[in-house]
Amino acid sequence: MKLKIWRQKDSRSKGKFEVYELDNVAPDMSFLEMFDSLNQRLVREGKSPVAFDHDCREGICGSCGIYINGRPHGNDHRTTTCELRMRRFKDDDTITIEPWRAAAFPVVKDLVVDRSAFDKIIQAGGYISVNAGAAQDANAIPVPKHNADVAFDTASCIGCGACVAACKNASAMLFVAAKITHLAQFPQGRVEAPERVKRMVAKMDELGFGSCTNTRACEAECPKGISISTIAKLNREYITAKLKD
Amino acid sequence: MSKLNAKIPEGPLAEKWTNHKAKLRLVNPANRRKLDIIVVGTGLAGSSAASTLGELGYNVKVFCYQDSPRRAHSVAAQGGINAAKNYKNDNDSVYRLFYDMIKGGDFRAREANVYRAAEVSNLVIDHYTALGVPFARDYGGLIENRSFGGVQVSRTFYAKGQTGQQCLIGAYSALSRQIDKGTVTMYPRREMMDLVVIDGKARGIIVRNLVTGEIERHSAHAVVLATGGYGTIYYLSTLALNSNGSAAWRAHKRGALFANPSFVQIHPTSIPVLNDHQCKLTLMSESLRNDGRVWVPKTKGDPRKPNEIPEDERDYYLERRYPAFGNLVPRDVASRAAKERCDAGYGVGPTGLSVYLDFRDAIQKKGRKYIEENYGNLFEMYEKITGESPYEVPMRIYPAGHYTMGGLWVDYNLMTTIPGLYAIGEANFSDHGANRLGASSLMQTSGDGYFILPYTIADYLADEIKTPKIPTNTPEFDAAEKEVKERIERLMAINGTETATSFHKRLGKIMWDYCGMVRNEEGLKKALTLLDELKDEFWKNLKVPDTASELNQELEKANRVADFLELGKLMVYDALNRKESCGAHFREESQTETGEAKRDDENYSYVAAWEFTGDGKEPILHKEELKFEYVKLQERSYK
Repeated sequence: MKLKIWRQKDSRSKGKFEVYELDNVAPDMSFLEMFDSLNQRLVREGKSPVAFDHDCREGICGSCGIYINGRPHGNDHRTTTCELRMRRFKDDDTITIEPWRAAAFPVVKDLVVDRSAFDKIIQAGGYISVNAGAAQDANAIPVPKHNADVAFDTASCIGCGACVAACKNASAMLFVAAKITHLAQFPQGRVEAPERVKRMVAKMDELGFGSCTNTRACEAECPKGISISTIAKLNREYITAKLKD
Repeated sequence: MSKLNAKIPEGPLAEKWTNHKAKLRLVNPANRRKLDIIVVGTGLAGSSAASTLGELGYNVKVFCYQDSPRRAHSVAAQGGINAAKNYKNDNDSVYRLFYDMIKGGDFRAREANVYRAAEVSNLVIDHYTALGVPFARDYGGLIENRSFGGVQVSRTFYAKGQTGQQCLIGAYSALSRQIDKGTVTMYPRREMMDLVVIDGKARGIIVRNLVTGEIERHSAHAVVLATGGYGTIYYLSTLALNSNGSAAWRAHKRGALFANPSFVQIHPTSIPVLNDHQCKLTLMSESLRNDGRVWVPKTKGDPRKPNEIPEDERDYYLERRYPAFGNLVPRDVASRAAKERCDAGYGVGPTGLSVYLDFRDAIQKKGRKYIEENYGNLFEMYEKITGESPYEVPMRIYPAGHYTMGGLWVDYNLMTTIPGLYAIGEANFSDHGANRLGASSLMQTSGDGYFILPYTIADYLADEIKTPKIPTNTPEFDAAEKEVKERIERLMAINGTETATSFHKRLGKIMWDYCGMVRNEEGLKKALTLLDELKDEFWKNLKVPDTASELNQELEKANRVADFLELGKLMVYDALNRKESCGAHFREESQTETGEAKRDDENYSYVAAWEFTGDGKEPILHKEELKFEYVKLQERSYK
């Protein structure tokens, strides 16, 4: 198996592709285990291993994110890079492996990018303002099951950045929309909703994410299957908030 | 023995925390701004503590090794979080939750701490709900509960099989709000390398910036470790690959006692090992045992596919051995029962090291839709990894290293034996005894951070209001930084031939074989020798590529493995010392006629807290006797 991998020493250096050959790739290996075995070999050979972010290895922490053959997290539907299995590839395949490409996600090293822009967007209002100790009984406000389910689906966003990587404009609309939609499902989330949506959208623009042109690439590549209908919700929330200004 | 004063308040159990709170001193809001607190780790413990301390007005600095605080491993908790709400009207109460935890922990936890954890559990649920955590609800809009192992009530709050992710996103949003307000400063991609102790008090930490390799000094009036457990010592475990025991270990080497290090929970329902390249075992939530039935064929090596094996040729061994709790026995019991069947030759799958977890009956009775709603994401995860759909064929599962009940010794205020150093969440030892019940880890870790530590730490800081900002140019900081740098240089200079991962793999096998699900004296003694040999080899033949002044993931691993090699020995010492079986600690020499764990209350009803005495030297044991005033010690039976 041939691997064409993006190598870049640090954020200041110029990167380039390098090609590696790898034998004995077992079909039930995960994609990252394949990487582990390549790296073990490189270290033993005295070469520099490929840096990549990873942690839980079960598709929930959002650390991993590799552009594989032109698609974020590879070909499988609703799958993170760490969940991808080598049985999806053939022995004579050449796999092209790149980091996320987006102005707002600068490369740190090899396949590692800086996604702190996502944290900054959440810091700009992606929360419900309640201090510990100030809450009432959890059952005091009934929340319709439908709303709880929508909140669950949207809060299953793992912040991996695949939506941005998939988008030709490197837009973060799906990420922001998922959070806006999540928090819009609860009565206690309504109070600060106008302020929230304005601040988060402004922060997103400020950080250099592009605009949404409805290509739906984000939805197609989201490993958690977050729906683009959240973007419609975001737009409604945004317009309502702006009209109140 | 004077080292251990647990500071358990006087008075009746149910009033201890209330009385204690009334006596804890306060710091006024104007003074809080002048006090710095370091929090290491951003899981549910770290995030909850940091956001709450920020809300109170302290000056908080938070560190995590991940690129974002949202990725800490609490995110992977699946099944749920317990609370004594009694929403189901099934006669649940704070007392019953307390009792279940004490019994579940096989009577090796402190009564007062456990009662308090149960007491604040309801506040935790209220807070998460207010933050927008979408716990499962019924059609009337009220919150649903389900049952978990080791209990006979339904007190588990859940968000499908993703409760950890949903709670952590809530905790992370509250943390983000404080970062926005400027009360909390976030330092991601930093790994704690050492603790700085000045005049006997914890005053700061040395961290490595994982992107630049720079060694940084950070000071504070108090330090909180929320760094999780050390289950990755087994190499293969259900934990995130970068989870590690280094922060706790460095604190231990600086004087913090380490309690019950050998108490490790082996989770019964993980996807079994598939191949030799595997670096991680994926958990299948315990909640699945609500509807799944565990079985093996009655015939050894039965070649038939599971669905072809008729009902009367299946051995539902948990239901057979434990009729009262059936498939919902606690984790330690379920794990050993699976091992017993597999060791006896009844295991299934290519390696014979797995058992079936079957949903056929539940799907027939409750319908596929019900199963999808409750466990959909877990079924998907299972299918991605194994290529088999649990809707069609039973899952195959086997026990895997999961959670460490052991950790830094803390008193009732969650302070370690180093003044000003606190340990919360999985990093401490206090609430789960020798075995943790499912869904009580999210509960304890959040309770520590939101509702306990913020009160107790004020009592300590009340004495610090006149202490100015701690300078980082002191001899203590110089010395700690020098040690850190020297160790990194040593690791880089070995230039041998083997990778940190290969050492980790070998370490994991030693720990799993001799200090895993079952232990005996001979094996443990052998492990001590093997660990010494491995440590020697590590320091002679390790290979770390590149340099220390850049992002170097191999160096990160090497640092962690170096600490694990030492921590592993402490676990073995602890397991050797405790000649009884209790909870997850199963000494073959101490079992009942039916193969259950046999405690020895007369000799071992204590917390074993270990003192570090120098590299390569035997640690010193300190005992904290456990007094049971409210619970009668009895054989822990789930039959």
